[in-house]
Amino acid sequence: MKAHLLYPSRDFDWHAAPAWAAETLTQDLELNTLFAAMANGDKFLFEAARKVVLSSISDPDLLNYRQAVLRDCLANAAVVVSIYQIAVEAIEREKKDFWRVSIKSPGLILSRAIDVLEMFMGMLVRLRSTAEQNSSAFHSEGFGKFVTMLKTELADEYLATVSKHLKQLRFPDGILLSAELGRGNKGVNHVLRARQESDGLGWIERIFSRRPEEYTFHLHPRDESGFSALSELRDRGINAAANVLAQSSDHVLGFFQLLRNELAFYLGCLNLHKHLAQKKVLPTCFPVPAPAGGSRHTVRGLYDVCLAVRQGDSVVGNDLDADGRCLAIITGANQGGKSTFLRSIGLAQLMMQCGMFVPAESFCADVREAIFTHFKREEDATMQSGKLDEELARMSEIADHINSNSIVLFNESFAATNDREGSEIARQIVSALLEKNVKIFFVTHLWEFASGMFEKHMEGSIFLRAERRPNGLRTFKVLQGEPQQTSYGEDLYHRVFNAIPGPGKSEIGEDGGR
Amino acid sequence: MLSTATDKFYSILFERPEDRAEILNPEEPLFFDLNIDQIITGITSGKEEYDLKSFFHAPLKSARAVTYRQQIMRDLEDPGLYASVALFAQSMRTVREHLAQSEKLRNRHQREAWFLEAIAVYCEAVTSLNTDLAAARLQSRGLVAFREYLSAYVKSGPFLSLLEETKTQKANLASIQYSVIIRDGSFTVRKHEGECDYSAEVERTFERFKLGAVKDYTVDFHEWPEMSQVEEKILEFVAKLYPQMSQLENYCAARDSFLDVTVREFDHEVQFYIAYLEYVSRVTRGGLRVCCPEVSENRKDVYGSEVFDLALAQKLLTDHTPVVCNDFYFKESERIYVVTGPNQGGKTTFARTFGQLQYLGCLGCFVPGSAVRVFVFDKLFTHFQGVEDPEALRGALEDSLIRVHDILAAATPDSVIILNEIFTSTTVRDALFLSEKVLSKVIELDLLCVCVTFIDELASMSKKIVSMVATADPQNPAVRTYKIVRMAPQGVAWAMSIAEKYRVTYDYLSKRLKS
Repeated sequence: MKAHLLYPSRDFDWHAAPAWAAETLTQDLELNTLFAAMANGDKFLFEAARKVVLSSISDPDLLNYRQAVLRDCLANAAVVVSIYQIAVEAIEREKKDFWRVSIKSPGLILSRAIDVLEMFMGMLVRLRSTAEQNSSAFHSEGFGKFVTMLKTELADEYLATVSKHLKQLRFPDGILLSAELGRGNKGVNHVLRARQESDGLGWIERIFSRRPEEYTFHLHPRDESGFSALSELRDRGINAAANVLAQSSDHVLGFFQLLRNELAFYLGCLNLHKHLAQKKVLPTCFPVPAPAGGSRHTVRGLYDVCLAVRQGDSVVGNDLDADGRCLAIITGANQGGKSTFLRSIGLAQLMMQCGMFVPAESFCADVREAIFTHFKREEDATMQSGKLDEELARMSEIADHINSNSIVLFNESFAATNDREGSEIARQIVSALLEKNVKIFFVTHLWEFASGMFEKHMEGSIFLRAERRPNGLRTFKVLQGEPQQTSYGEDLYHRVFNAIPGPGKSEIGEDGGR
Repeated sequence: MLSTATDKFYSILFERPEDRAEILNPEEPLFFDLNIDQIITGITSGKEEYDLKSFFHAPLKSARAVTYRQQIMRDLEDPGLYASVALFAQSMRTVREHLAQSEKLRNRHQREAWFLEAIAVYCEAVTSLNTDLAAARLQSRGLVAFREYLSAYVKSGPFLSLLEETKTQKANLASIQYSVIIRDGSFTVRKHEGECDYSAEVERTFERFKLGAVKDYTVDFHEWPEMSQVEEKILEFVAKLYPQMSQLENYCAARDSFLDVTVREFDHEVQFYIAYLEYVSRVTRGGLRVCCPEVSENRKDVYGSEVFDLALAQKLLTDHTPVVCNDFYFKESERIYVVTGPNQGGKTTFARTFGQLQYLGCLGCFVPGSAVRVFVFDKLFTHFQGVEDPEALRGALEDSLIRVHDILAAATPDSVIILNEIFTSTTVRDALFLSEKVLSKVIELDLLCVCVTFIDELASMSKKIVSMVATADPQNPAVRTYKIVRMAPQGVAWAMSIAEKYRVTYDYLSKRLKS
């Protein structure tokens, strides 16, 4: 039994090691803000959001599969939440009511497993009826298969067989086991044998009717060591059955966990959707994932979802027409929204590649093999190597992990030296990456690099600039435009140094849109 | 022992009784000074039951006796044959364990079963060793002779009947399958009647829930060889149900001394080779080489290529530190190395290496190096300056002199002497004087000697002396290279480069990035 709500034919690997770039991405794209909005205070939902968002997939069909499931969730939020709650309840009851875990006795393991399975069967019946009652409201392939699976795998007849076994495994008539002589003539290979029902008699009755050669021994009622030896032998006999049943109860638990894990991601999407919908001006849309290979980026009204969550309704949306472009170099005013734009590109790519809606009016981009970020970092006092050293070391790690058809977002990278050297390093790295079909968004102040690239008039490149009106006012819009030699750092300087000290100043985050 | 043509086989360690050599006192200074004690401990650890140390305390006295072992060790170097003999040894160990187990138990059926098990393992061990030896390409006199012995033994009547009866008894027991019905306070035993496996049926029922791997809830029971009273009672009932079990008693009584003495001795002695090869395999896996040395009773122009201290190499490899190898040779009448150079430069290691080569070579073992000639010495003497005891300082020089005197008195032209910083507890002038006196004696005796010293003058005393110098890195004299070289005494380093360092330039990246 599988949930298969994230993949049509496999489970989501909840325990997979995070992608190599996960930690860096989380930091650079401020993903924890996104996860927190999806979690809405639920730690488990946070974890689910983190795991699924960070395990990007690059198959457009699969993305459409998830989008369809998510559309069903948006349309039937209450039913989806109640299915989720059944799974949670089953998992909690397995923990709470049956706390007798670390027991090293097959007899106790077996009786616990029977209790758990009886409870699980009850919960499965509830799950089946909830799904059956609402089956016509679901239109996605994922939910469709899920409902069908519940109906066929949990048919009444099957449930009756399970219940019969659960009763039989309490062995009301004693146990029958077979054994062989092992080394030193000790009994080995103890195998539990089935009671035979062919003639309607229990095996004990049959024994008496056929009278085979047999020998019986009765322990003296006060023979304690005899009783404990007999009980150990019984334990050897039911060891395998106890294991099978305990494992089966773990498997059923596993099913509930799978269901909970997979639905948790969609519940997170519902939370985020609700959150953004409350801020009425913020649109979302289902992105159009273009197949890998071609380079597509056509975007209307793209905004930084994390900024929107933190800051409310006044975020600026950007447009981008970069189909056929593999290199986007973004220059322009400090505090002009370059970093915000870069993050919004990264966030939208990640959200698209896990099956979510994206924060935009419309969005179409090609899927990428993997997403990497290389952002400049604040200097760390404990760091022994210099800043350039540290940046290049990180670049080297990226080189170890990157595949062609990936996307890399650079944010003021390689600026820890003079413009000329930094430009040369950036040029070499970008050239090598482009040759391997890596898509690049590069926010930079490196003049020689940006202008050098511009003068090449490469077909696959596009140059963007943070808008600054002639009066120095920033709009936080990023528009197409060639690199300019100054980034208006003096504006910032004047603002910071000439402003009257007060709360207004300290609220200016780096590149924060206001 | 069987008396056939196989009488020729005497021992896998000695071709003839007269090849047996004196077992040296393990307290002899040479074992400590040359780190040979560490080597022997390393070789024999984990094999204490064989008591192998004495084998390694008795260097052989003739080239022929050495060659006998070298051939065997070469044969055993073949991984297939090595594995066969190691497996045989493991089986023989099992035989001993089973016999001990049989002795310990009180239940008749159990004693008999363990005894049967021991014999079965023995038969299997002997048979497969015989098969493996027959198929092996043996070059050594020793293993060829043993093969002949073994092949006659396995074809002999007593062994064949042992084999046959053991099979029958095993098959008898294996055919028994019984059932136990357990109720509260009673149990019933009868023959098994083919009822189906209920655990499997339960497993099938819950199959549809199967997800990947889950925890194993199987409880591990303590498996004592002894039985509980309930088990004994069951076994008694089983014996009633299956009368063939009673045949075992006669079988056991008739097989009291089934172990062949020659086979047992072989199992013991062959551990000398197995243990040594296992020990050196640790350094050869680390990329170092060992070789079968040329041995000579009369040529003193010994040499060694890529040689190293075997004990030190074991340690360094464990710490992943590279091992420095050295080369040396004597030509014509050269007999003595005077080793000078900076402290911690590898001088003592060189001296130990030289001593180890001679010693291990005369045991018939492979030696640490790629090409080596060793001399069959009569005695190997060492005198290393010990850790100085301040209380006994006054006597140190005197003790040293007495020890050197004793060595020179006992030494013959066929001896080997290793001297390490012997007269440090005196003035240079005294040390020079004393050392010259000692070396003159050594020169006179024409014996092989290594002398580690801080006195450069000694290097030019005689044509028999070769000067060896511990060297340093020419770029950075503070760095020791641990290379010992044959020569006269020496009396006594922005942005693109970082990118290069991280291999993120265009050229590097183009190569590094996967397409």
